[in-house]
Amino acid sequence: MANQYLRSAQRAAGRAERVVRSAAKPLRSYGFPYRAPNVPKGVEVPKEPSRLGADYDTEWARTPVARAARGLIAEGPLRLLVKGVANPDVVGLDRLHDLSRHDDPPPVIFAPNHHSHVDTALMIRSIPLCWRRDLVVAAAADYFFDKHWKAALSALSLNAIPIDREVTGRKSSDRFRDLVADGHSLLIYPEGGRSPDGWGQEFKGGAAYLAGRTGVAVVPVFIDGSGAIFGKGMKRPKPGRTKVVFGAPLRPADGENTRRFNARIEAAVTRLGDEALTDYWTATKRAAQGVSPKLTGPEYNGWRRQWELGEHRKLGAAGLRRRQQRRWPDLG
Amino acid sequence: MPRPGFVLEVDRSTPPILFWRGEGFSLEKLPADRSRVIYPAEPLAGLDDVDGHIRNALLNPVDMEPLPALLKPDMKLTICFDDASLSLPKMRRPDTRQRIIEAVLDLAAAAGVDDIHLIAALGLHRRMHEYELRHVLGDRIFDAFHPRGMLYQHDAEDPDNLTVIGETDHGEVLEINKRVAESDLVVYANINQVAMDGGWKSITTGVASYRCLSFHHNPVTLQNTRSLMDRHKSDLHKSVWRLGKVLQDHGPKIFTVETTINTDAFPSPFDFLSKREWEWSAKDRALYLGTQKSLNRTPNRLARKIFHSIESPYATTSVQAGFTPSVHELTLEHVYAQHLVPVEGQTDILTMGIPFISPYNPEGIMNPILVMCMGLGYLFNMYRNKPLVREGGVVIMTHPTYREFNPVHHPSYIDFFDEVLADTTDPVVMSEKWEKKYAEDEWYRHLYRTGNAYHGVHPFYAWYWGAHGQQWAGKVIIVGGDPSTVRRLGFTPASTMDDALEIASDVVGRSPTISHLHVPGVLVADVT
Repeated sequence: MANQYLRSAQRAAGRAERVVRSAAKPLRSYGFPYRAPNVPKGVEVPKEPSRLGADYDTEWARTPVARAARGLIAEGPLRLLVKGVANPDVVGLDRLHDLSRHDDPPPVIFAPNHHSHVDTALMIRSIPLCWRRDLVVAAAADYFFDKHWKAALSALSLNAIPIDREVTGRKSSDRFRDLVADGHSLLIYPEGGRSPDGWGQEFKGGAAYLAGRTGVAVVPVFIDGSGAIFGKGMKRPKPGRTKVVFGAPLRPADGENTRRFNARIEAAVTRLGDEALTDYWTATKRAAQGVSPKLTGPEYNGWRRQWELGEHRKLGAAGLRRRQQRRWPDLG
Repeated sequence: MPRPGFVLEVDRSTPPILFWRGEGFSLEKLPADRSRVIYPAEPLAGLDDVDGHIRNALLNPVDMEPLPALLKPDMKLTICFDDASLSLPKMRRPDTRQRIIEAVLDLAAAAGVDDIHLIAALGLHRRMHEYELRHVLGDRIFDAFHPRGMLYQHDAEDPDNLTVIGETDHGEVLEINKRVAESDLVVYANINQVAMDGGWKSITTGVASYRCLSFHHNPVTLQNTRSLMDRHKSDLHKSVWRLGKVLQDHGPKIFTVETTINTDAFPSPFDFLSKREWEWSAKDRALYLGTQKSLNRTPNRLARKIFHSIESPYATTSVQAGFTPSVHELTLEHVYAQHLVPVEGQTDILTMGIPFISPYNPEGIMNPILVMCMGLGYLFNMYRNKPLVREGGVVIMTHPTYREFNPVHHPSYIDFFDEVLADTTDPVVMSEKWEKKYAEDEWYRHLYRTGNAYHGVHPFYAWYWGAHGQQWAGKVIIVGGDPSTVRRLGFTPASTMDDALEIASDVVGRSPTISHLHVPGVLVADVT
């Protein structure tokens, strides 16, 4: 009985093969230009210029149709994702009131610390609507724009544009300047990438440089708790609570160079970090005395650094999640 | 460029004019050719960089050293701020007081000052709820200072925390909060909404005791306060300035920060209230009709909730800091620039719509006593030189004047209405016969100190506030008010504006001249 079925299957496969062969025959008989040309021996074909990485063109993602689609994504899946995974407590928006009260608020550069892929979604949902509509996210060219599908998805859903992590090249810089001139605000992570070990990294000068070049204000932001949700190296997200603290807008002072302005941005984010874990007055006093706890963590390496990270996280939003867990039996 | 205030002579083509009626409004047709409407100026432009202006004011004060030079690490610094009676309605976050205090704290942190107390200068007003403190100061300051006991509200009935600073040559005793008195430096963060606010009045009333306040919050002083908006013709302000001099000579160093705001009180969809009636668009008219019809069918409680939830988009128009009297003179210039409207001559009748809010019912019920206080106390006093209505003329107000009280905020008002007003409406008589009993009542004192109640004597003060208007007017009519409640206040009830004008003719004849004070928008009529 089994052999009978097998023979029937073989016959069916043979028939199918014949049909395909006969269908493909005319195609094979057609040559170039219906088929790709053969490369003659001894000839080297020049490589096409890359359209990925920092060269990816995201202009299409700012067309009205793409904006509408992005609006739907932000109000639908992104909102649910952020609420379900990160449950943010957003504070300090009153510091932006002088800018946001205008009917057409001036563009700004948001400069948060960076611990997790969740950060971008969190920021998009936390930034006031007046800036969110025209927000452009600077995303690492070598990570988010290395494949066509990733590049298209990042550009459409986040309005991401590629930026080189290490240096802000002239091309990138010109692109950002043009975007700001068109009224777009920027979200740039000055650390250049996610934290490798849960502590912060030193700030690179991209945000400060662009602010100097475009004349817009930089809004320092501290995100607390996202590293414990989906930090670098975690295989799947672990839902928890986060806190997003916005600081007062900063502008480069007259004659202030990029390096100094960058240091000021880093100090502002450091102070916000202290404020998120302690309170406003403690953070203000420590900042004035220059003793705010560093975002980059303790100087020493090894297990003690990781140990201290655990203690540090207990103070913040990530610790709140654990403390709120019910440990007592419900006795009615 | 905002347009200045002006006087509109009413003719037959003039559309009906907007009148507030508590948590509602109506349009009233005023008699042609003998009525005029005084419109306030449009809101002045606000400062673009308020934080920058505050910082600049702290670093370049008037007649004082810059604030950083006054701050020392081991000093006692006290920051006082106005309570929820300012601004009205409450301003959108961030409140100006929060901005000032954060700027002061930044400088204090840089100077290493540790001993800082923040005190809400309530006077005899009710203690603020936590959400009100958070609104005024912001969450950052509240969360940092309140749990440590460094942020609290002044208690005018705490004998252990009051101290006498001195006495004026008129025998007025200055008794204020002990922490304020013992501080090395006191910074006062103020909002000036009208010309009455600010100057020495902020601190000598805000952190004073009942005993101290009774020297100027009394019928005789307030009958000779002409007006509350003109400091130089106000006995109340003269007394306060004498007390201020005592504070200056014998008290702590005071660093005052005063700010002025414009009159942009109503956000969309209520912004049509601030427009001139003939400039209402089709949308504004539809909004008016929709809102008015809905409010007529809305329970009072819900309507109040809607109105008290309004947060005004006020803009800050000036910031000045330094020596209190010098700062206040600058402040007054800015306040008058927004409010003053030149008006020629007085009329027989003054009409005014009473809104849903007064300085004494933020988040609460506008009870009948506050209707009197708002009409004859505040709106009647919106003048310089002489009142808009002639002596012996008629004041007509529109308000539902329902017999409702907030028992948490205004417990002594209830007894005042039932007991004192049933006996007399004369402020002098009630001050002699009843004031002491209410001021020293243990239960009211307990509610003031531990709950959110106004001081027991406060309804008297609210009544005295209208003493000058009461004395000046030959008759007071309330249109649309509950008749028995209006009669208890000593006023005459009327159903409609036409009825009110008919009733007024007994006093002012058949063809009286009429002035209407257009509210919303705040104005001070400069009557010549």
